Amino acid sequence: MKKIRIGSGAGYAGDRLEPALVLLEKGKLDYIGFECLAERTIAIAQQQRLKDPEKGYNELLEYRMEKILPLAYKNKVKVITNMGAANPESALEVVRKMAEDKNLKGMKIAAVLGDNIFDNIEKYSDTIVWETGKPLNGLDGEIVSANAYLGMEGIVKALQEGADVIITGRVSDPALFLAPLVYEFGWFVEDYDKIGKGILIGHLLECASQVTGGYYAEPGKKDVKDLWNLGFPIAEVDESGDAVITKVEGTGGTVTTSTCTEQLLYEIHNPEKYFTPDCVADFSKVTMEQVGKDKVAVSGATGREKTDTLKASIGYKDGFIGEGEMSYGGPGCLERAKLAAEIVRKRLEMQEVEMDETRIDFIGINSIYRNDSREIICYPEEVRLRFAARTKDRESAVMVGNEVETLYTNGPCSGGGAAKYVKEIMSVASILVPRDGIKAEIICKEVL
Amino acid sequence: MKLWEIAHSRTGDKGNISNISLIVYDKKDYEKVCEKITANVVAEWFKNIVKGEVIRYELPQLGAMNFVMHDALGGGVTRSLALDKHGKSLSSYLLDIEIELD
Repeated sequence: MKKIRIGSGAGYAGDRLEPALVLLEKGKLDYIGFECLAERTIAIAQQQRLKDPEKGYNELLEYRMEKILPLAYKNKVKVITNMGAANPESALEVVRKMAEDKNLKGMKIAAVLGDNIFDNIEKYSDTIVWETGKPLNGLDGEIVSANAYLGMEGIVKALQEGADVIITGRVSDPALFLAPLVYEFGWFVEDYDKIGKGILIGHLLECASQVTGGYYAEPGKKDVKDLWNLGFPIAEVDESGDAVITKVEGTGGTVTTSTCTEQLLYEIHNPEKYFTPDCVADFSKVTMEQVGKDKVAVSGATGREKTDTLKASIGYKDGFIGEGEMSYGGPGCLERAKLAAEIVRKRLEMQEVEMDETRIDFIGINSIYRNDSREIICYPEEVRLRFAARTKDRESAVMVGNEVETLYTNGPCSGGGAAKYVKEIMSVASILVPRDGIKAEIICKEVL
Repeated sequence: MKLWEIAHSRTGDKGNISNISLIVYDKKDYEKVCEKITANVVAEWFKNIVKGEVIRYELPQLGAMNFVMHDALGGGVTRSLALDKHGKSLSSYLLDIEIELD
């Protein structure tokens, strides 16, 4: 039976590079996917493009491709990535030129376009936003980007044209891995059970090391060997859509039914209905079996017909967050941190700084679980105050951090290590848009 | 004992929704965990953080369940004032629940 080996070279925009190079060198791969585009990343990339029409692709594109291209060319591994972000056309040009400089003759590089629906945003002004429950035109801040999640279609088309490197903008993450399966095995796009199996494989691979022992270790309970040298995953897939998840021998990490189960359930909500542009996948009957060291067989995913809408992410400016931090230690440290917080609150109030929401954390005590009712059994040796506020303008956000900093000379005794930050918030509103009129287009160029 | 002794967990996020898995190390404990760690128990445990509905999905063949917690991330990853905006650390808090297996 025909088998395909697909590797995963990145699980987020800034992921490590060298595990991908190990995969390209030793993974005996046919394909490698790089998932590098979180929901919000594309809105930030779009702003970069507005400043410079040549930019707006993943900031690590050049750094990564410099090393990936020669290895992929030598070992005949096809590369699929969403590093095009808000500007796949420019990314294509950058990579083509790089391949030309490296004399990688005959290499075909493609870009998948069509996800950018910003120019038609007016069409969706009455559409209800998931996060707010209100129409899109009721959003407070300026809209800077709008991208629909495309499915596998454009990538499959690029593969049919013989592309060796495919750079997309917004596509569903699993589509990066599903597309080569559909292309290689000739699966019908309406064979939803097969598509569901492909989505499962894509889902397990898309966060890279999260299936090979990354984000898993719990010393003494779930020990993972050589985490510093974590290997990224490979799926060996057969024509029926069954797969074995594994990694390159000798790398760190572990592949077990436990690591695979954690990743299976990661961010999918209802396992029976995982909505993707290519099908509604059903993972509820998935089974896993440890078939060797670092080898887990997965099967049992199915799927149902895709819906007639696509999810779209709308990036918009949503004000600012200002924050400041200060540490206190020794006897009475918690009381001093509380006094400090009270001073900051009163100072901001006195100066009539406009804030939509504020938050006070005592780091080490209640900053992540907010559990103030739990008794403090052991008095802390140190505590770090954090004061944060959301504001409409930058000036107000700056004031928040400043008021924490001035605690140095004006606040309780022996505070140390002040820090302050101001961030502009780029929020994402999700809407559903009709598929009609949204179509993947491709550009393909050959290195001469 | 704590759930931590017999199960592991991972958190993910989408917008203002937190998704926490709970997976037993040994499938013989699954039934008991299912019986004790209901959606209501989890909603009560996270009441300082989670303001919306908690739904549980079960995958007995994997010894796993998935909790989907609505209105759980202070307005969502982008605008939340929380230090852990994604709620990534919530999985470890789930494992702090006491459970008796008798």
